[in-house]
Amino acid sequence: MSFRTKEELSKEAKVLLDKFLPIKDNLKPKDRITIPLQEMPSQDPVVRRGNLDEVALGYTEEQARVEAMRCLQCKNKPCVAGCPVAIDIPLFIQHIVDGDYQSAVNVIKKTNLLPSICGRVCPQEVQCQLPCTLGKVFKDVDKSVSIGRLERFVADWERNTGKVSIPEVKPGTGKKVAIVGSGPAGLVVAADVRREGHEVTIFEAFHKLGGVTRYGIPEFRLPNYVIDQEIDTLKKMGVKIEKNYVIGRTRQLLDLINKDGFSAIFVGTGAGLPMFMGIEGESLVGVFSANEYLTRANLMRAFERGVADTPIYKSKKVAVLGGGNVAMDSARMAVRLGAEKVYVVYRRTEVEMPARKEEVAHAKEEGIEFHFLQNAKRIFGDEKGKVNAMECLRYELGEPDDSGRRRPVVIPNSEFIMEVDTVIVAIGNNSNPLISQTTPELKVNKWGNIIVDENQKTSIDRIYAGGDIVLGAATVILAMGEGRKAAASINELLKNEK
Amino acid sequence: MAKVLFKKQLSKDVFLMRLEAPLIAEERKAGQFIILQTNEDVGERIPLTIADADKKDGSITIIFQVVGKTTFDLSLFNEGDNIPTLVGPLGKPTHIEKFGTVVGVGGGIGVAPLHPIAQALKEAGNHLILIIGARTKELLILEDEMKEIADELIVCTDDGSYGRKALVTEPLKEVCERNFKPDLAIAIGPPIMMKFCAETTRPYGVQTLVSLNTIMVDGTGMCGGCRVNVDGKAKFVCVDGPEFDGHKVDFDNMMARLNSYKDMETIAHKCRLEEEIKRKGGLK
Repeated sequence: MSFRTKEELSKEAKVLLDKFLPIKDNLKPKDRITIPLQEMPSQDPVVRRGNLDEVALGYTEEQARVEAMRCLQCKNKPCVAGCPVAIDIPLFIQHIVDGDYQSAVNVIKKTNLLPSICGRVCPQEVQCQLPCTLGKVFKDVDKSVSIGRLERFVADWERNTGKVSIPEVKPGTGKKVAIVGSGPAGLVVAADVRREGHEVTIFEAFHKLGGVTRYGIPEFRLPNYVIDQEIDTLKKMGVKIEKNYVIGRTRQLLDLINKDGFSAIFVGTGAGLPMFMGIEGESLVGVFSANEYLTRANLMRAFERGVADTPIYKSKKVAVLGGGNVAMDSARMAVRLGAEKVYVVYRRTEVEMPARKEEVAHAKEEGIEFHFLQNAKRIFGDEKGKVNAMECLRYELGEPDDSGRRRPVVIPNSEFIMEVDTVIVAIGNNSNPLISQTTPELKVNKWGNIIVDENQKTSIDRIYAGGDIVLGAATVILAMGEGRKAAASINELLKNEK
Repeated sequence: MAKVLFKKQLSKDVFLMRLEAPLIAEERKAGQFIILQTNEDVGERIPLTIADADKKDGSITIIFQVVGKTTFDLSLFNEGDNIPTLVGPLGKPTHIEKFGTVVGVGGGIGVAPLHPIAQALKEAGNHLILIIGARTKELLILEDEMKEIADELIVCTDDGSYGRKALVTEPLKEVCERNFKPDLAIAIGPPIMMKFCAETTRPYGVQTLVSLNTIMVDGTGMCGGCRVNVDGKAKFVCVDGPEFDGHKVDFDNMMARLNSYKDMETIAHKCRLEEEIKRKGGLK
């Protein structure tokens, strides 16, 4: 598909809108099916290779209304069952058809407090858009109603009006709740608990807020101003924030209850402990965890050379190991930092890749090369200890493994050399051990994830947990879903106390 | 944010600062470090060891040498100024117990992190032999403080301008050769010094701890930038350290990693100098 500008897409949408808008209340499913799916306008791939600006530009109003008219308004609402926080999707989409964007936002915000984040980074193709009837009709999930893009449209519309509604806060109860970590799970708990009138304090280890949405997900996929606005809303609700505050080090977890007077704690510290391959040469200069590479570029602003003090490695040829969204983010960041060649090395095939299709497509448009059925065996360095090559092995797919995906099997004697100066390891994260190490009473499983019951309560009374620290590395929306449950449990606990 | 309560220049490039940080002062133990930024928006996060702390007035002391942009910027902060980012205490505290005789070796700025550890070991009832050294007399720090806690203090300089003219490894070897060889050695200083201290004690079988100061970003285990090879395994200095068995650390790899951004830092330094010169109206 050749690149089409936002203006072109918008013009096409205008023609369709003029045709369908007058009959919007009488559209039959057979009419709706004929309406073409609205493509997401994006930055020209050639231009965006050199900047950090957001790639997906968001629907125009015309596009949003046309796309919304594709929705069949199914009575059984299969999409709602596919949404981890059960947004009434057909209802908010109908409001878009009617041009009542405020009502659309209100519907979403009933269950999802961070729509401008979720509209951008949720994997809709495996959630709400997977069971969409329209996708079933076309036997192609990519032809489902673009629910995520519509969610983003109304969230952005609200921000652009400058009238973001601040959720109502009940009169103060005098009870204090601590939130550990300001990632997606923590932000949601903060809002939900604060609404009940409890005093909420968020403790964040870094000097900026947002957790993985700040240090991990790049600006070109989730701009900082979006995160800033969500945090601003929390501040306006009266949520207190303590930055540069590491629970487990600056203060012990239990001290928050025993010494500082908090009635309940939510632990949402995420999955931050990068996994490495365990191969020879992995500590050479030029080998990075995706976490480090992305944190330098995003949180520490190393992308802005000459402005930021934090340096980032200058690379010509980069190999990224892994096939998830973090691997895509790292590869695309390397392109933007000036690498001439960027390879994604993944030991299965494109079908098994956990990354979102959209991210893979964007990466390909930006010139990233994919090396499937290959994996690193060892990394070589020069006399100064800097990476200069990587030895790889070729794989083929064998029998399915526990995850249902076909197991990659090494082809013997298939070694070959890939010339690279940088290797970014993006094969996942273990859970961060700081809190569990310093709070031995807190029960964790063998992977270090905190064990919780169906109410998100941990093995310690008054302490709840959710997000990646419980799930292992997952998604923003799942973290939020857990956060909502935890907040409900905390509110219930505190309601019954004097 | 942490207010600078007191500032003192110890030698040409070495500064001591006392910072207002009541929570860190309360929690910190010997061997732990902090991370700071001189500018929250664009500043780099650098780790510095806590040299001392006072629970009563809620302050911690850091001692640092100007080696790059951030330490240079930090040296410009004065009493009453606020350091925008200060987080800690990070890392695992030193394991303190009564070992018997302990020899502590501090080189250059490394004397600063050695001080609180030596103090704690002394309080635990150890017989303390301390060896402190520097390139030259002007760079020697904390001699009086170390003298106060040491059962025996050996001072040396590389150029012989003060104390014994020797590298710290010389007296360390002699101490290992004594009839009662030490039960533990702790060496803190430049990587090359720690490497050779570990080599010195190895033949004598004296367990030797080193405290590593690597490149870090978050300091909580999230990025892995600080990893070092210890006994062939990757360890994170920020959460597994900063102290490790010196006989098992791959110092050559660690030194290469410390120099990862050397070229870029040199450029940054040059740019800053040029800017400074421009601001002052050219070279006189």
